[in-house]
Amino acid sequence: MSTPPSGHTDPRIALEAAKLGLWTFLATEVLLFGALFTAYTVFRVKYPALFQSEHLKLNRSLGTLNTIVLISSSLAVALGVDAIRRGKARLLEKYYAVTVLLGAVFLCVKYIEWTEEFHHGLYPGTNIFFSLYFMMTGVHGLHVILGMGVLSYVVVLSRRGRFSGSYHTPVEIAGLYWHFVDLVWIYLLPLLYLIG
Amino acid sequence: MERVAGESGNGRGYLEERGWRSWAYTLDHKRIGVMYLYTTIVFFFIGGIFALLLRLELLSPQAKYFSDHTYNVFFTLHGAMMIFLFIIPAIPSGLGNFFIPMHIGARDVAFPRINLASYWVFAAGFLVVIASLVSPMDTGWTFYTPYSAKTGAAVATLSLGIFLIGMSSILTGLNFIVTIHKLRAPGMTWHRLPLFIWGMYATSIIQVVATPVVGVTFLLLAMERLLGVAFFDPAKGGDPVLFQHFFWFYSHPVVYVMILPAMGIISEVIPVFSRKPIFGYKAIAYSSLAIAFLGFLVWGHHMFTSGMSPLANEIFSFLTFFVAVPTAVKVFNWIATLYKGSITFESPMLYALTFIFLFAVGGLTGPFLGALATDVQLHDTYFVVAHFHYTMMGGTVMGFFAGLHYWFPKMTGKMLNERIARIAWALVFIGFNVTFFTMFITGVKGMPRRYAEYLPRFQVENVISTVGSAILAVGIAVMFWNFLQGLRKGPAAPGNPWRALSLEWQTPSPPITENFPEIPVVTDWPYAYGKPEGPAT
Amino acid sequence: MDNVLAFGAASSQAGRVDTVFLVILVIGVFFFFLTQGILIYFAVKYRRRLPDRDNETPAITGNPLLEFLWILIPSLVVVAIFYYGWRVYNDQRISAAGATEVYVNARQWLYEVKYPDGRTAINEIRVPAGNPVKFILSASDVIHGFYLPDFRVKMDMVPGRVTTLLVQPDRPGSYQIYCTVYCGTGHSNMLARLIVMPPLEYTEWVEHGGREAGEASEHEPLAVRGERVAKNAGCLNCHAVGEAVKVGPGWKGLFGSNVLLEGGKTVTADEEYLRESIVDPGAKVVKGFPNVMPTYKTTLSKEDIDAVVAYLKTLK
Repeated sequence: MSTPPSGHTDPRIALEAAKLGLWTFLATEVLLFGALFTAYTVFRVKYPALFQSEHLKLNRSLGTLNTIVLISSSLAVALGVDAIRRGKARLLEKYYAVTVLLGAVFLCVKYIEWTEEFHHGLYPGTNIFFSLYFMMTGVHGLHVILGMGVLSYVVVLSRRGRFSGSYHTPVEIAGLYWHFVDLVWIYLLPLLYLIG
Repeated sequence: MERVAGESGNGRGYLEERGWRSWAYTLDHKRIGVMYLYTTIVFFFIGGIFALLLRLELLSPQAKYFSDHTYNVFFTLHGAMMIFLFIIPAIPSGLGNFFIPMHIGARDVAFPRINLASYWVFAAGFLVVIASLVSPMDTGWTFYTPYSAKTGAAVATLSLGIFLIGMSSILTGLNFIVTIHKLRAPGMTWHRLPLFIWGMYATSIIQVVATPVVGVTFLLLAMERLLGVAFFDPAKGGDPVLFQHFFWFYSHPVVYVMILPAMGIISEVIPVFSRKPIFGYKAIAYSSLAIAFLGFLVWGHHMFTSGMSPLANEIFSFLTFFVAVPTAVKVFNWIATLYKGSITFESPMLYALTFIFLFAVGGLTGPFLGALATDVQLHDTYFVVAHFHYTMMGGTVMGFFAGLHYWFPKMTGKMLNERIARIAWALVFIGFNVTFFTMFITGVKGMPRRYAEYLPRFQVENVISTVGSAILAVGIAVMFWNFLQGLRKGPAAPGNPWRALSLEWQTPSPPITENFPEIPVVTDWPYAYGKPEGPAT
Repeated sequence: MDNVLAFGAASSQAGRVDTVFLVILVIGVFFFFLTQGILIYFAVKYRRRLPDRDNETPAITGNPLLEFLWILIPSLVVVAIFYYGWRVYNDQRISAAGATEVYVNARQWLYEVKYPDGRTAINEIRVPAGNPVKFILSASDVIHGFYLPDFRVKMDMVPGRVTTLLVQPDRPGSYQIYCTVYCGTGHSNMLARLIVMPPLEYTEWVEHGGREAGEASEHEPLAVRGERVAKNAGCLNCHAVGEAVKVGPGWKGLFGSNVLLEGGKTVTADEEYLRESIVDPGAKVVKGFPNVMPTYKTTLSKEDIDAVVAYLKTLK
């Protein structure tokens, strides 16, 4: 009787394990951001007038621009995953590089926004709205940086010829993570910038 | 698969390769588990020394050996170290890492590199925590705001350290969830898993869901100190009690992270030393999941006097009582396992039975605190201190000791001296009860906790507790001296000294690096002791 | 005043809480002896007697009926305990109509007491017996606790919000108040007293100004009065009467000595220095000590301050 393969050498199990691992990790991220969203809810209910007045001080144009940037970056990721599923590694690398670039654009826009806010004397310690704003966009921004790092690493691995139509697990994992980062922003935008 | 007794290790198995690099860069879950064990045990001792210093000071009602501030730092460090650096990681990341793959018939965990990373993140965490000792905290391990946001200690540094330790915990939990789902050997169905695995699975779910919240909490605390964010600062519209909600949302489920692995160990040990199948396998398995789930709903019972609305208090009190039910179910099933067994009392079994006994005291003193009327009296007194030491030390730590004694031969390839182990056990049992049972009385009499100085009417009880702590300390010292002696000159251990049926015992002691020469095919559950019911054969 | 279980219950609510405690205790002790008794009984009865016959144990794997019963019965028991605890907890939230109101504000490390008629005190609350008392609690700096063990109640005092606690003191007496939320170095010395007075005595005390910290006798020497005030106003939480260093400097030999201040200046601790230290402690901070002393300007009368200064002068 042949020895059943151990989990590590069977590629099918390795792929399932990687996906389960990432979904579990995303669950932790949901809890992480969830705590911040909970704090947001608590203080919004407590100080509706403050939220109304302060949110108008945010730059909605830049916020909207950033949303377009991130959604485009998720599109790029989806196209990249599609490319490698068809075995096109070079195309994958291009799309993922575009994603990283768009991530950088997002961060630059964020930088402009924040410096504008500092210039107007709005800091994390100014009031509870701005504490929430800076904390939530800051933690999100850290995840954007993390995501850019992961995607760049995937590009490096691809250039080394690691991926093909039949094996590209890290590409999918990284892509899924980036979609999550995008999704968090989709929630942040209305809660911080739009709802009065 | 025929269950044959494993042969005695004729080599050093997974311990063969030497040199610090073979440990620091290892991908072997067994070595990672051993590293965690050594590290957490060191912190157990450091935390214990702080406890002994506290008890020394509490001999006298007024400050005698050190200042009140120093005392306050000591109880903070005792609590924080014991909880974050010992009791949370010890069984899961120590014994869990070693035995989960072996229990399910796998060669390693799902993500061995993440496993190694989790250890080094843990190490980074405790180094940062130690660095924060240049300006040590005195807030108590609960770090309540506003005091923790205002005090002149290295709070931001400590917060970062705990954040890293939390990350390590998340990585471990994530690894175990995927491992248990995906790497079970052929034939190892969910209902053939050892109950230790069910316990670890429930534990890992809690770790993954709860720890991020405490991570954010410490991040916000650090940001309040560094950037003046307003979440918990009443002067800026923040709410200090919100910190308590966030903190306890994690810290209540985390007590189940502490107890579920220990309960898993008890479920392993009792059948082996009674030569009987575990009674109520499914009840015990599912009760672990029930405890994990219910544990998330009750955090407010730490806050009944915090100013929460009476309605919130009532809801939390009601839900709190239900966590007792799956817990009680386990205790009944373990006791039922003993019925008509053939029981011996080697040290693993002594500790397992002690767990049930002491955890019952801890568990039955819970209702005093879950019931609103009595909690308002007993909250923040020594009654609470007694309750959690009975559950965490009388429970988890006894379970940990049971696991160490049970698996010592498998991990090290040596046998322990049973006589010395039993002497240590007796001292630990007596010392523990003298120390902590007295505290129930101290608390009912009204002595608040975290008191460096106290009114003279509490002195008699405090002296008794201190005497008990000395006996307990001697017992623990003897126990670990016995471990050291066993490591150095214990007789060689057979593969299966306890004649147990779970997979780790079907290998040599210590096991080979790959755990199994061939992945086993599983055809039965690991509790097939005794004769099947029915006419005698 | 000992308050183990039913002893020293200072109100009927305390008595009710004690009954809840006893009921839970009886239930707990019953189940403990039941389960652990069976455990020990089985351990002894089924200990291995014949080493080579230990594979003849019966392979009993479970019993659904037992499982059902020992899920059902504990569930019913805990619901009953919850209910009883809840009912008595609700009893504590008695009607506040006609209650004596006392405002208590905590700060590190003392309790500032204020009565609605404007009287103030430190670390001492006086109320008449037989009338409900509503404590209106707050804190200035960090979270503190307000625990009356004889009444079996406590409530946290949280900065930025007001919490309340209701008691019905029936028996005159002097009852301990502890701080139960860790609040810094002086936490375990942050003690106060609730003095429940017979109604006539209470009325008399209010009429006589009611501002003095503690009982004063006629023609009390100033230094004796000062010692009493120092004890009752919480000074000894931070200052030792000897040379020991607590939170603040020790008092022995202080008067007349040279004191080195933060910033390098040296001053002589004369009467004016001592007086200023009480009403404006931040004006001159002794080197090596934190600037945490609260001012007693509004809480101690001029006479009391003079008395404390006189007392300090006696500590050679």
